[in-house]
Amino acid sequence: MCGFVGYCGHDVAPEEAGTLLRRMTTAIAHRGPDEHGHHSGKGFGFGHARLSIVGLADGQQPMSDSTGELWIAFNGEIFNYVELRDEMKARGRHFRTGSDTEVILHLYDEMGPDCVTRFNGDFSFAIWDERRRSMFIARDRMGVRPLFYTKVADTWYFASEVKALLEVPGVAAEIDTVALDQIFTLWAPIAPRTAFKGISELEPGWAMLIDREGLKTRPYWELDFPEAGAPPLHTNEHEAAEELRALLSDATRIRMRADVPVGAYVSGGLDSSITSALAVPMAAEGLHTFSVTFGSAEHDESSFQQEMAKALGTRHHAVACSDGDIAAVFPDVIRFTERPIIRTAPAPLFKLSGLVREQGLKVVLTGEGADEVFAGYDIFKEARVRRFCARQPGSTIRPHLFRKLYPYIPGLAQQSAEYLAAFFGANNDPLDDPLYSHRPRFRSTAAAKLFFSAELKAELDGYDATAELVERLPEAFSRWHPLHQGQYLESRFLLPGYILSSQGDRMAMAHGIEGRFPFLDHRLVEFATRLPPEMKLKGLVEKHILREATKDLLPELISKRTKQPYRAPDSESFIGAGDLAYVNEALSDEALAGTGLFNAKAVRKLHDKVRAGNVTGFRDNAAFVGVLSTQLWSQAFVGKSSRKSLAA
Amino acid sequence: MSDTKAAVKAFIIENFLFGDTTYKLDDEASLIDNDIIDSTGVLELVAFVEDRYGITMADAEIVPANLDSVARIAAFLESKSAAAA
Repeated sequence: MCGFVGYCGHDVAPEEAGTLLRRMTTAIAHRGPDEHGHHSGKGFGFGHARLSIVGLADGQQPMSDSTGELWIAFNGEIFNYVELRDEMKARGRHFRTGSDTEVILHLYDEMGPDCVTRFNGDFSFAIWDERRRSMFIARDRMGVRPLFYTKVADTWYFASEVKALLEVPGVAAEIDTVALDQIFTLWAPIAPRTAFKGISELEPGWAMLIDREGLKTRPYWELDFPEAGAPPLHTNEHEAAEELRALLSDATRIRMRADVPVGAYVSGGLDSSITSALAVPMAAEGLHTFSVTFGSAEHDESSFQQEMAKALGTRHHAVACSDGDIAAVFPDVIRFTERPIIRTAPAPLFKLSGLVREQGLKVVLTGEGADEVFAGYDIFKEARVRRFCARQPGSTIRPHLFRKLYPYIPGLAQQSAEYLAAFFGANNDPLDDPLYSHRPRFRSTAAAKLFFSAELKAELDGYDATAELVERLPEAFSRWHPLHQGQYLESRFLLPGYILSSQGDRMAMAHGIEGRFPFLDHRLVEFATRLPPEMKLKGLVEKHILREATKDLLPELISKRTKQPYRAPDSESFIGAGDLAYVNEALSDEALAGTGLFNAKAVRKLHDKVRAGNVTGFRDNAAFVGVLSTQLWSQAFVGKSSRKSLAA
Repeated sequence: MSDTKAAVKAFIIENFLFGDTTYKLDDEASLIDNDIIDSTGVLELVAFVEDRYGITMADAEIVPANLDSVARIAAFLESKSAAAA
């Protein structure tokens, strides 16, 4: 796990290559504090910031093959590198190092770009092939590791984080207003678009090739589901649970591979408890577990975390996160997310990765991904209840189920059945809407666009992010079961666009910590897509098959626990410590006029409402965090990029 | 526009639209379908109606039929006023 930068093209003078690569690498030094390296040749260059985890003594990068014709820069892990290396050794290949990096080079040498289909891991890498005079770049299937790129003149530049690209002469940070609209609707930009105009992101499961003909991208793997009504591959629940358990155990086993100790996050919920329970017997020196706790009972899960740590006998560490802590780190959080966000939830995870670093660990397992893969989120249950209500639109009984789903939403418990049905679009949303499962979320998030300035609204000219999302759906989507449609939307867009990036990689790597995700092992993901929907969401019980497969691992208190979504205090985080100078500055009339993105008068009223502690609804919280983070993003990046000369 | 409608509209613009007077708020427009209020907003609306007009809304009256547009709120208030007269 590390970070890398690079370029492909002839615009970088040989005498400037080292300076440029060093500057780009330094910008992402937090991703790899252990050592830095760079290498350039005719028409290409790589820089690398290394977090040493596998092959400590001999895994330095950039790395070349024995001929010097192939060069690689690599971020992440290939978890099945042991098996791949053994296969290739049996074919007579000789390895000079014990690293997974060299395994990639050898397999590329054998298979070319198709090698990527053999990797089980979280990765992005770039390989310069002198023989083909081409640069091959690939990103893992689910989007755990990032890769951004841009073009200046005739040269392509790429990096693990955008801030490295901002070191390239000619690259300037400017907000992509369509991306901002997407964030204020879908929570994240639709890749390859990013918050930075002119800077793209390689999509999860995609690869790109840069050669004399230019840049081409293509998917090498796609998330797919069986057609609704097709005979299910799995009909025996017991057998399916056994297969799931075997896959998950193996996914965890290969994610424990490291030359340094591997720890684990424990949230107190089902998923991280399972991964930790599986990891305990595999941790030779005992497992360190890590949690974040909150002062408010509404968000805190510390009693469950302690119960789990006690049951597993781990060495447990917790960091308390107060409202004031969230506000204190929020500007740093935005510097690392590199995009506006509408929730503060990444901030406590920023603190948590800091705790891991303080304890001297570099790697943690997490339970992320289980809710996407096994249908754990409330949004899947909500869609089922909405369809149930739509069958009997006048019912005054059915909408009461919404209260059961969302006991934590303020004001919901007091609502009449008529209002409940209206809030969730239970009677109005067309059942054949491809975005049916997510329509209420998108609608209530987009309401925060009320705060967009008249100029921004005019520039967007009626742009509809949800319509673009529909255009991006695969042709087979309409033939999938409604639960699978919802899972696809969650897994293909929100997971890489927000969960794995803003809450995942970027928060962990801010402190040089690598997160590993057993539930996102592609074998497990592919297995889960083929399970009948009712094995995943049974009635309104989420992750049913996962519970069945792991019930012997956990205390009943955890195994039967209904999912509590991970949330953090939003606007209230910014009022506990009194008026914060940076918030006042970011939301000042002058700063708002500077970006021109928001209606200053409306933002002032919203800020007053926050100060008075009267912001409780979803829209206003999303709007406040969204406006503040956009302003902080602008302060952090706009005008601080693009040195005109490398000699400066 | 009746005084009631004007007062209700002013409250909605000030509290839910944050003073955005450029927003074209039709009297008949659904406050939910147009994402103007959410579940907490309904309770704020009830508090406004009760405080401003000195009435108490029964649980059964807190329904979209009475509260989901400026026109419906005004009609509800006028019917309450007529009943009290």
